[in-house]
Amino acid sequence: MEEHRVTELALHTQPVAGAMPAFRATVGAAELRGLCEQTRAQKARLVALWGSDETTRGGGYALHLALALGSGLLWLTLPLAREHPRYPSIADIYPCANRMQRATYDLLGIHAQDSPDQRKWVRHRAWPGGVFPLRKAFPIGTSFPPSDDRYPFVKVEGEGVHEIPVGPVHAGTIEPGHFRFSIVGEKILRLEERLCYTHKGIEKLFENMTLAEGARLAGRVSGDSTVAYAWAYAMAVEGATGTEPPSRALGLRAILLELERIANHLGDLGYLGNDVALSFGFFQFWRLKEDLLRLQGELFGHRYLMDQVVPGGVARDLPRDQAERLLARLEQIQSEVVALKAIYDDHAGAQDRFVMTGQVLPELAEKMGLVGFAGRASGIKHDLRVDYPVLPYQQAGVRMATHTRGDVAARVSVRFDEMFESMRLVRTLASQLAPGAIRAPLADCIPGKCGVGWVEGWRGEVLIALESADANRIHRAHAHDPSWQNWPLLERAVLGNIVPDFPLINKSFNLSYSGQDL
Amino acid sequence: MTDAPGIAFQILQSVFVVFAAPLLLGWANQCRAWLQNRSAPSILLPYYTLAKLFHKDAVIASNASPLFRITPYVLFGCMWLAAGIVPVLATDLPFAPAADIIALVGVFALARVFSALAAMDIGTSFGGLGARREMLIGFLAEPAMLMILFTAAFISGSTQLNTIVETLARREFAIYPSLAFAAVAFLMVLLAENARIPIDNPTTHLELTMVHEAMILEYSARHLALIEWAVAIKLFAYTTIGIALFVPWGIAAAGDWGALPLAFAALAAKLALAGAGLAFLETLLAKLRLFLAPEFLSTAFLLGVLGMLTHFLMQG
Repeated sequence: MEEHRVTELALHTQPVAGAMPAFRATVGAAELRGLCEQTRAQKARLVALWGSDETTRGGGYALHLALALGSGLLWLTLPLAREHPRYPSIADIYPCANRMQRATYDLLGIHAQDSPDQRKWVRHRAWPGGVFPLRKAFPIGTSFPPSDDRYPFVKVEGEGVHEIPVGPVHAGTIEPGHFRFSIVGEKILRLEERLCYTHKGIEKLFENMTLAEGARLAGRVSGDSTVAYAWAYAMAVEGATGTEPPSRALGLRAILLELERIANHLGDLGYLGNDVALSFGFFQFWRLKEDLLRLQGELFGHRYLMDQVVPGGVARDLPRDQAERLLARLEQIQSEVVALKAIYDDHAGAQDRFVMTGQVLPELAEKMGLVGFAGRASGIKHDLRVDYPVLPYQQAGVRMATHTRGDVAARVSVRFDEMFESMRLVRTLASQLAPGAIRAPLADCIPGKCGVGWVEGWRGEVLIALESADANRIHRAHAHDPSWQNWPLLERAVLGNIVPDFPLINKSFNLSYSGQDL
Repeated sequence: MTDAPGIAFQILQSVFVVFAAPLLLGWANQCRAWLQNRSAPSILLPYYTLAKLFHKDAVIASNASPLFRITPYVLFGCMWLAAGIVPVLATDLPFAPAADIIALVGVFALARVFSALAAMDIGTSFGGLGARREMLIGFLAEPAMLMILFTAAFISGSTQLNTIVETLARREFAIYPSLAFAAVAFLMVLLAENARIPIDNPTTHLELTMVHEAMILEYSARHLALIEWAVAIKLFAYTTIGIALFVPWGIAAAGDWGALPLAFAALAAKLALAGAGLAFLETLLAKLRLFLAPEFLSTAFLLGVLGMLTHFLMQG
């Protein structure tokens, strides 16, 4: 394999085969912090941080970092000792690393040294401290008596300050999460999230699967982003095996991804109306979403498009007559969304609730690493479809929607713009669909190959990093959700707002609980 | 007026109000569903809900005090009493002299105090949150309500609701500009006091945004049924106060059986309009940010005062 030198850094890397530009390098613990400071200075963002157990391959453990550089994704690996695996914390350089470092400890026992926050993150009562379920020696299916689940929340003290604990069980049908508000009167002084009530052991399950089997599991990491995850996984597997999906399949994948984006934005815009008691908007948007989901169910066999993207291609073709039905439906949805947007924009009551609520200023967003459409609403101009366009986005050309105010209204505006852009993209992509096969057979994989899948889902960038073991099996697959980066920003966005505005702010981000708790 | 027909009228009205109140709520919900392009639930849905709740077993927190248990009965009693005082079908009811408009506002205040205390009784954070917000709204809504009632009282020269309605309904048709101010203010108070949009959202599931609903989160089964029923009677009572003050025509006098069918028909038509109007408003408006609620109610208060001043100016 040829050596590659990343222009931005004095680092020898090797390219990772696949659709996305990616490079891999090994660093020592001594160089880690210096390197991170360098990448931070160059405005490279931390995409993901995770660990792996290398004891079955004769090593100890390893820490992995994915950084988004101008030229592509840099995958750094830091080999760690078998006894007392530890590395210097980078949470002060990249604040979003804090929770990922804590999760890595809970799952693998890899310790981030000198981090002021050493509290558990993923672990609740399912397994006791000192047990690390993602280690290879930990047998799958082991259960423990429920352990203690005390968690030291940060106390805010002062005259008239009190706490409101909310959740993890909520009145609506939403995922579980605990929010601890410290308030004075109605004003929020501090919000602390306690998440990860949804641990399913997905990463452990991956390690018992073949590359082909893992696709279904990857599509279930976060249900509302199933296409993004399935595509990212397929991209990673195709890179590792050297499989070239047919170009018709790539066009169909992009159509599916944009449909997922449209459906999610429709639903959330409805919810935002509901949260300000504008039920009219809620029911209209949800009717439109339902129309789309039903048609998706008819055309693809699954309302939320699960298992459509498979390694090597897609599961179902979209013949011309069906594509025309889809475009006609989108046309009709678009004309109604235009009318609804005018209603939202002109509704004084709704705008009063949206504007200047839950503001994340660009400076803070940049510092904390806000991603996805929420980032674009706070002036972070990144979109994988624009920054590193793969086929078919290279031809379609994505126009990025951005805003700088970073409040609920800005996120609403970006959602509307992205939805219209996605509708345009579906039209363009459908007209450019290449004829031919929709699926290529998956080639065999040699052990120790790695692959990267990196896709701009509706919420933000989804990353799958995987390494193969022998017999086409998975050695380690890490799935990263953009919610990892954005959850901490929600804590900041609500500061100084009033308690009854929290649900609105929360919904304007609509982050995944499940996606950041595998 | 303690004669037999009067008493019969009083009983008729009291029973009618209790059993008709959920219908108004069901009608408003139905209209709202239509306005939102939804297929509407049955107009009888509130009755089914009450029946369902009465058949359930109550779950009460182990640290609940007797106050928590008696509050649903107090609320129901207060609202029923209020509905008995308001001339809904007929004037000159035997109950009417029992309380004037000031006492009526007092009855609503009593219910508010009990619901706020019961909300804090168990010590959950949402109960305290709801009670606090309810008081924030209540202390502004009450004076506004008094101003509105005083405006009407000045016209008839009495604080007896009965006399006010008699005066307005029976005398020659005249336009009172002061009542126009009072009517707008009354509508605003009605929305706030009955936990409707834009002050509160009766259909929300978001605990953090709730006002009235947050106070009753801990109630279940028969207790919740009584509270829900009291809520329906309160809305009915407020609507009928509005009708009595601003569009009283068609009301019967106690004992006048002949006028009763017309009074029923007139009331039904007015309530249908009121319910549809409420649904219309609730579809148009979004919920105000909580801290705009005081501004909303101060406006209502101001309009009430303006109404009163207008009355003096016109008289002078």
